[in-house]
Amino acid sequence: MKPDAARGLTMEEPLIFEKTAETRRGISIPKSDAGEVVPEDVIPMEFLREDIPGFPSVSEMETVRHFVRLSQWNFGVDTGFYPLGSCTMKYNPKINEDIARLPGFSNVHPYQPEELSQGVLRLMYELEGFLGEISGMDAVTLQPAAGAHGELCGMLMIAKYFKEKGKPRKKVIIPDTAHGTNPASSHLAGFSVVPIKEENGGVITPNAVRSAMDEDTAAIMLTNPNTLGLFEKNIKEIAEIVHKRGGFIYCDGANLNALMGITKLGDMGVDVVQFNLHKTFSTPHGGGGPGSGPVGVKKALEPYLPKPRINKKGRRFSLDYKRAKSIGKLRAFYGNFGIMVRAYSYIRALGPDGLKKATEMAVLNANYVKERLKSHYHLPYDQTCMHESVFSDKFQSKNNVHTLDIAKRLIDYGFHPPTIYFPLIVPGAIMIEPTETETKETLDRFIDAMINISKEADEKPDMVRDAPQNTRLGRLDEVKAARNPVLRWKG
Amino acid sequence: MPYIPHTEKDIKEMLNAIGIASVEGLFNSIPDSLKIKKTLNLPPALSEQELIHELTELSRKNAAVGEYVSFLGAGAYHHYIPSLVNHLISRSEFYTAYTPYQPEISQGTLQAIFEYQTLICQLTGMEVGNASMYDGASATAEAVLMARRINNKSKVILSSALHPEYREVVNTYLFSDGNNIREILYCTETGRTLPEAIEKLVDKDTACVVIQQPNFLGSIEDIKTVSEIVHKNNSILIVAIAEPISLGLLKSPGELGADIVVGEGQAFGNGLNFGGPYLGFFATLDKYLRQMPGRIVGETVDKNNKRGYVLTIATREQHIRREKATSNICTNEGLCALAAAIYLTAIGKHGLMEIAKLNLSKAQYLKKGLANIKGIKIAFTAPTFNEFVIETEKEPDVVIKALLKKGIITGPSLKKFYTELAKHMLVCVTEMNTKKDMDILMEGLSRI
Repeated sequence: MKPDAARGLTMEEPLIFEKTAETRRGISIPKSDAGEVVPEDVIPMEFLREDIPGFPSVSEMETVRHFVRLSQWNFGVDTGFYPLGSCTMKYNPKINEDIARLPGFSNVHPYQPEELSQGVLRLMYELEGFLGEISGMDAVTLQPAAGAHGELCGMLMIAKYFKEKGKPRKKVIIPDTAHGTNPASSHLAGFSVVPIKEENGGVITPNAVRSAMDEDTAAIMLTNPNTLGLFEKNIKEIAEIVHKRGGFIYCDGANLNALMGITKLGDMGVDVVQFNLHKTFSTPHGGGGPGSGPVGVKKALEPYLPKPRINKKGRRFSLDYKRAKSIGKLRAFYGNFGIMVRAYSYIRALGPDGLKKATEMAVLNANYVKERLKSHYHLPYDQTCMHESVFSDKFQSKNNVHTLDIAKRLIDYGFHPPTIYFPLIVPGAIMIEPTETETKETLDRFIDAMINISKEADEKPDMVRDAPQNTRLGRLDEVKAARNPVLRWKG
Repeated sequence: MPYIPHTEKDIKEMLNAIGIASVEGLFNSIPDSLKIKKTLNLPPALSEQELIHELTELSRKNAAVGEYVSFLGAGAYHHYIPSLVNHLISRSEFYTAYTPYQPEISQGTLQAIFEYQTLICQLTGMEVGNASMYDGASATAEAVLMARRINNKSKVILSSALHPEYREVVNTYLFSDGNNIREILYCTETGRTLPEAIEKLVDKDTACVVIQQPNFLGSIEDIKTVSEIVHKNNSILIVAIAEPISLGLLKSPGELGADIVVGEGQAFGNGLNFGGPYLGFFATLDKYLRQMPGRIVGETVDKNNKRGYVLTIATREQHIRREKATSNICTNEGLCALAAAIYLTAIGKHGLMEIAKLNLSKAQYLKKGLANIKGIKIAFTAPTFNEFVIETEKEPDVVIKALLKKGIITGPSLKKFYTELAKHMLVCVTEMNTKKDMDILMEGLSRI
């Protein structure tokens, strides 16, 4: 096949600090229309700064050119196929960017009177309701800023629940397939982690949970579908075991794109779930945030949700801070509102049938890729997958070509690599999540590229190990970066 | 169906390749008893045209700052955002990318974050900064956790003049250990954290002291004096900054002895957005690098010895260390940090210092004017930047309501945060407030 990736003109660009001319001016600043104050007249000299050594001084056009050139070194969903497993890199609708920038959303102060913020409060209230309906949960908070923040929120609520009951519990069960944030969030909430293993079929068994579960265990934290892309089919029985001993089921909702309109986490016995609006609900990832990680709970945990809650009385919306049992606040104000606007718009654009269709096509795409690749790449769990599938480099390793090499070679073909070396239980994992917004033609090109790379691993392994070749930079020395940290420009 | 490209022919071919008869068959691993029988109860789909129409209507149910004369600050600041900021963060190579796990095709994000880290270090006087946190409040909480890791002490002292929401977030994060948090009073005369009170409370078991600069009451703290007291006890001084434009005017906290500087970066090129997304900045001294939370970008070379950037020092992080990680944070606020870097670059050193001075000049005009109005007192004597507290004869809620009728938003009333400040409200002036705005406010207040 002829790769999409081609050589094009990209520019070298130094650090902005290296382009500085000491007295050059950027954006013009207005003069004061209310008189000028000499700072030292109102603030003691010892508190005032004279200079900001090294700070940039460049013209407006240089600023623009600098960042445009940097942007050209990036690969985004808008550039090409981005099958990064567990990250749900679907198309980010442009209209949602426009909507989030409407002055009545983007220019609203968090402390302005409630009567002037009825539209934002209504949007948040309705979005809570939508997420509750999609997941089958009783109440939703939008406050957490990201998935891991939502996990922390959920685990703090569980911790507080047991503390209030006068019987604090110390442990949380976490399967080895979990995202790394799960144990870290549990630990931050004061729990110790009890790991359990998935069984041969790639899912957790009731027996494993039964033997780990006791009255000092607050919860089990699982992901459904799990990080192997498999549905935890025993979840209901697991929930019964955990509930029987007074514990809660926390579900990491990062993979909700596989479930919308098909099944509800609430019906499976899940008590707490966090949503990743930046995955399932199409909000852009921004090169690493901002995300948004709302949390849904069942009735028993509702009193512990962060404050404020949004109340509706008649047609009026208000913020309710009088929440005696609340865990408090996880951040200032109410959450990443700008991201909520985008997610709300996405749900409104798709409607109930569209969301279901999105899930169906996401699962179809994932299974299509899995089926067509499984004779070329080792598939440790060969069964119908949900929204993603996990391969390994077992076949290619014989030629000393490893997952990292395959990933880098994909770049030369014009694709963003899948998630690699995760989940940890599959050595050399290659985790592929195509999402529903990709056409069959794109998938076919990706599949062809993967098959070609597999052939190249046989025929020209050195070339694969030397990839990428089409990028401005070759492989970067990460060991050097960690051993001799240079973390800022020093001049 | 919007955003879903499959034709019937595609679906058929793909199902054939999979060897499954229908789309329903793809969900065979889900037990039937768990499948929902009804359609989700959600509003029906909207076309793009209907969507923008309906959402524009909804957005009009909110007053945008600008429709009113607004003097609201208190942790979220209305500053001018140069046009180029939105143009540049709208480059979709930036905003549709994920966290830069594949450095060869993410150099744009990586170099921009490296520049952002540098800018934050230059402003705060610190040696190393991370790629950003969720917001100023959660960054403050993470700084407290970090201080406790560094010195293995437990007591945490918060200034009562630290933003009330920041204090609440610290309390939430330290839930399992809440009894170790103490608050120090502010001086009722100056509005500064009382050094004597710190001296009294800080002891050998104190992990850290947190103060805000300028503090929530607008007063500029004497960081150096506080730093000497804190360091005498081998504790860590954390300085939180909610209004970072002040850094264009005030000496960096690093120069005055801070060990960790955190804050809210919203004022740098990010909109108000009803409270988020914002970005927490986080910086510290080199010696504490291994205990710092969050993503960090570092410089390196590629195989041809060409300079490039990668995510680094990852052995602190959750995906490697799992429960032993320094923090559970994964996603940061990348695009907000990019906006901050672009903003700071565009206005530059002289611009930032000028804007800071402009904020000071305008705030001083209003402060002086209000001091001359009968029935209004400037509550505290310490120097201020662009925000200060006034005391009114009437209940602030009454005043706020009366002003609202005249198209002026001010406050917030401090009663809900400090019981003793029952007749007090916070007033903030930025470069967005004109002399005319301020004259309207003064006239309004003198009539109430």
